[in-house]
Amino acid sequence: MYTKDGERYFIVDAHIALWDARPENQRNVHGKQFIDCFYDYHANLSPESEKWSYEEYLYQGGERLKRDLFEDGYVDHAIFQPAHLGEFYVNGFGQTEEAFALAQADPGRLTYNHHFDPRNGEAGLDQLRADAERMNLKGVKLYTAEWHGESRGYKLSDPWAYRYFEACRELGITNIHVHKGPTIRPLDRDAFDVADIDHVASDFTDLNFVVEHVGLPRLEDFCWIATQEPNVHGGLAVAMPFIHTRPRYFAQIMGELLYWVGEDRIQFSSDYALWTPRWLVEAFVDFQIPDDMSAEYGPITTAQKKKILGLNAAKMYGIEVPEELRLPDAGEPAVGPREPERADLAGAR
Amino acid sequence: MSTLTRVPTEADVRGALGVVIDPELDEPITDLGFVRSVALDGGRVEVHLRMPTSFCSPNFAYLMASDSKDALTALPGVTHVVVELDDHHDSAIINAGLAADAGYRGTFKHEAEQDLDELRTTFRRKAHTAAMERALTALLRARPAVQVTELGTIRLWDLPDDATTAALLRRRAAIGLPDDADALVLVDHENTGYAPDRAPMALRRARSTRISVEGNAHFCRGLLRTRYPGSEKDQSPTKEHTS
Repeated sequence: MYTKDGERYFIVDAHIALWDARPENQRNVHGKQFIDCFYDYHANLSPESEKWSYEEYLYQGGERLKRDLFEDGYVDHAIFQPAHLGEFYVNGFGQTEEAFALAQADPGRLTYNHHFDPRNGEAGLDQLRADAERMNLKGVKLYTAEWHGESRGYKLSDPWAYRYFEACRELGITNIHVHKGPTIRPLDRDAFDVADIDHVASDFTDLNFVVEHVGLPRLEDFCWIATQEPNVHGGLAVAMPFIHTRPRYFAQIMGELLYWVGEDRIQFSSDYALWTPRWLVEAFVDFQIPDDMSAEYGPITTAQKKKILGLNAAKMYGIEVPEELRLPDAGEPAVGPREPERADLAGAR
Repeated sequence: MSTLTRVPTEADVRGALGVVIDPELDEPITDLGFVRSVALDGGRVEVHLRMPTSFCSPNFAYLMASDSKDALTALPGVTHVVVELDDHHDSAIINAGLAADAGYRGTFKHEAEQDLDELRTTFRRKAHTAAMERALTALLRARPAVQVTELGTIRLWDLPDDATTAALLRRRAAIGLPDDADALVLVDHENTGYAPDRAPMALRRARSTRISVEGNAHFCRGLLRTRYPGSEKDQSPTKEHTS
């Protein structure tokens, strides 16, 4: 929980990882390239005071994770969203057993989501069923640009992916977190294209599709899909730290999301250990749309911040929120822009 | 053409590379700092490119490298061109394909289906949408009497003769939209306009496209500076997309 100016916020960090990118776990040069890329993200977007050394960044372990999230980071509940990256790391990037054990030991504060890859066919389906039972899965994290033998990605609309979504439906895995990445076959197309999310969201209306990093770098396409599909949500992983380096751009991202998608379908994430939640939570509670953009975008209200910082994800995952931290359920429209009258851009002048 | 073509200079090479655009960011690779080095030996040119991350999309990386090679090959006085992409997860594949002039499909083999024309077109359309929004938002600011619902009636002759309009005209030309003075400004890629009740939403969508493209450019510039300390001196400020 975070308290500021007499307001109390229930915090759910909807996207965290327990990774191992140490050299002994790197399968090849791509394992090093991948963590180096993450470290550049971290170094580029973090305040100086929050920068870690490269060695610290390679691996954190459970104790450090709990300290960063729960002791220092105000987080009430966090959700693992692991990336497997088996082609790059010997034992995978996300540490399944270690993270799952942490969640089992502390179910009040940690939820473990797992991953699947539709290119694993029938064997993968059997594995998903076994994993769902053993881990009591409510959600999965999919990385569509994951390398897999000769293949460098798949689409959510692939027939095999549909088989897996049908299995998710049967198994009670209702929350599908999707991360788009840069390589996908055929390379003729835009790998970040989010059109396949539109397809699956229409065909599986009983599943939630949480598009991580709010579709960035295709924010506009994500917004357009999410404004029409009530079961499409946006995770703020990677978008959050812009609050420090590029606050005006962050204001535009939030303004667009609140306009197109609405306050009920946006979830806070630190993307730990890319960044730590403490400074992001503090900055977000203090954040406001700059004065000279205020006609373009309405102010972000305290209630909206409470929803984004925790209440939305808590609702999706059935996480118990203390009575005094709840908000009354408001009747938001399911689809369409939230403030159509703002489309007149009066403030753009 | 003169048989005494002079030997190209580094300025000639960088000038030629200035027409190579990052399709996703809608800016020249020279302004973005993606040109790592230029080496000249008479008519032989060797250029190394760099990207903000190892995992930048290989198709865009290939496009920029291949466009660079084409631009340099066309430069008078150039007899031999080597373009290499450094530090990318697909550097080996892309550099081998460039050296052999294998083309996109020859470079990526089973990973390629058609060619990159469709991808290029997608991003030229986005670039046009963003340029259209810049021009119309500027017009709304300059002329308070204009209602947003009237934007569907604005024609090219209503726009000021400035860099923002020139940038829009270039992006219109790139996707085959007309440049007649009476052509409508607020149009989709098929040159279809918008009725008064649909114009505000069309502008609103165009705005989110513009924010997305500009945001990506800022992010990629920042990541390049982090990855290659000192590269900030090779970056030129964004020209507000008027180039």
